Amino acid sequence: MMSPDSSVLAVKVQGLKKSYGSIAALQGVDFEAPVGAVTAFLGPNGAGKTTAIRILTGSLLPDAGSVHLFGADALRSGQDLKKRVGYLPENNPLWPEMTVEETLAFAWSAQGRVGHKMSAVERVVVSVGLEPVFRRRIQECSKGFRQRVGLAQALIHDPELVILDEPTNGLDPLQVIQIRELVRELGRQKTVLLTTHVLPEVEALADRVVLLHEGKKVVEGTLAEVTSVKAGQQQFKVTVNGSEEDLKSMLATAGVTRLESGFPSSSAQASAVVLADGGQEIFEAAVKHDLVLLELAPRSGTLESLFYGLTQAEGLHV
Amino acid sequence: MYNILLFAKRELRVFVDTPVGYVVLAVFPATMAALFFLAGSFFAESEATLRNFFTWMPIAMALLVPALTMRMWSEEIREGTEELLLTWPIRLRELVLGKFLGALSLLFLTLLATAMIPMTVAYLGDVDGGVVLAGYCGTFLLGAVCASLGLLLSSLTRNQIVAWLSSAAILIALNLLGLAATARSIPPSLAHALETLDLGLHFYSMSRGVIDAADLLFFLGLTLFFLVCNGLVLERRLRR
Repeated sequence: MMSPDSSVLAVKVQGLKKSYGSIAALQGVDFEAPVGAVTAFLGPNGAGKTTAIRILTGSLLPDAGSVHLFGADALRSGQDLKKRVGYLPENNPLWPEMTVEETLAFAWSAQGRVGHKMSAVERVVVSVGLEPVFRRRIQECSKGFRQRVGLAQALIHDPELVILDEPTNGLDPLQVIQIRELVRELGRQKTVLLTTHVLPEVEALADRVVLLHEGKKVVEGTLAEVTSVKAGQQQFKVTVNGSEEDLKSMLATAGVTRLESGFPSSSAQASAVVLADGGQEIFEAAVKHDLVLLELAPRSGTLESLFYGLTQAEGLHV
Repeated sequence: MYNILLFAKRELRVFVDTPVGYVVLAVFPATMAALFFLAGSFFAESEATLRNFFTWMPIAMALLVPALTMRMWSEEIREGTEELLLTWPIRLRELVLGKFLGALSLLFLTLLATAMIPMTVAYLGDVDGGVVLAGYCGTFLLGAVCASLGLLLSSLTRNQIVAWLSSAAILIALNLLGLAATARSIPPSLAHALETLDLGLHFYSMSRGVIDAADLLFFLGLTLFFLVCNGLVLERRLRR
């Protein structure tokens, strides 16, 4: 990946709010994306990721808040700022009757570029591997190739910031690997903002993570930061000599958030991974429930467990 | 201007790239010729005039032009490409004017395809070229109103058929306002207002070779009004 420069921000969003009628899609979201980094915008469906991206790219106006791209106010700047951004929307909209060549030439012209059109088209066609379908109509291309065309139209004008909304959505596993490889390559040259709810994608591609849930930012930081710590809490693996029910009851008393409980358990032992302020409350709860604590080990978390814990915390607060 | 031409060219390209374009270019002149030569009284009158040809135009434009414009925004909304367009460095007015210029180009091509009718009449007798030219100018201006309204209604729905039906219905209604004004129960002031807004009445004098500034202003003003509304619809979508 291109080495991130956290002192220069490609994106700075503050207090972003947007409602659709009575539904609050964004409730005062702040986040940043440094120049040169791949920032993953993570969250379950309906978290507000696409709404935030649409505001960033200018196809939607917020109810409140500010958006700065490369230091300029994106909500008040003219069209020139848009030329510095390439965007692949969710569902990758394209004109089915146009050929790949026409689509890219059209995108090039619409980005206000003049001259060297064909060399720009050829460059991007080679970089995303569109040679086999260059003269084919979009409606005749496979979904994988259509996704590449979408990516190519986002890159045709050589933007500094590339925003990709769920770039692997709906692709088969092989196509997912190919698109991820393209995004990884892209991250070596440009600032990338990527939305997804696919956790391995974030772990494979991103330098930084912004986790959204129900229109609010839950956590933001580097991958290492967000998987190890959340507001002073730490992950622990807990094993007791009892049933799953005994363990749940004990953890409820301790008042901790259960992240995972899929560990092999027998009738004699049960395990779980929890998010807690420290080990003391778990120890005391085990004593209270007359359970022997076989294991209470601090653990570096995975993104998956963090995602699960932070977005499902209320439901699983055992 | 560059972006306006870019989008106009794209609309023209879609039209000539699809069979629908060629069907329109073949069916419209053939229908107009049939109405003029066969359904009308051209041969009975023994007069080389295109008066009856232009009489059909208000209704023909009300049906044809919305068919040309119905997909222009609806399809962008349905395919999701509208979102992409809004993220590109293009002003809303450039998008609207680009689509409108594209629609006018299609209208021009379609009217050009009817040129065989005045040419046939000219072959059969002496035709007043000025009257024919004024008639075509009037038709083009009438078509511009139809195109701007068609685009506006296309921008309000993702369903092309709904866009066509609603545009055609409104345009036909706008052509019948003068007729409604003749009803006895209508107060004179309202009758005058209805006549003023009747598309057919404004077109009528032009089809007879009289180019009046009031008619020109009416057509241009109404076109501008619908185009501004189209821009407002797009702007409202940014705030949805």
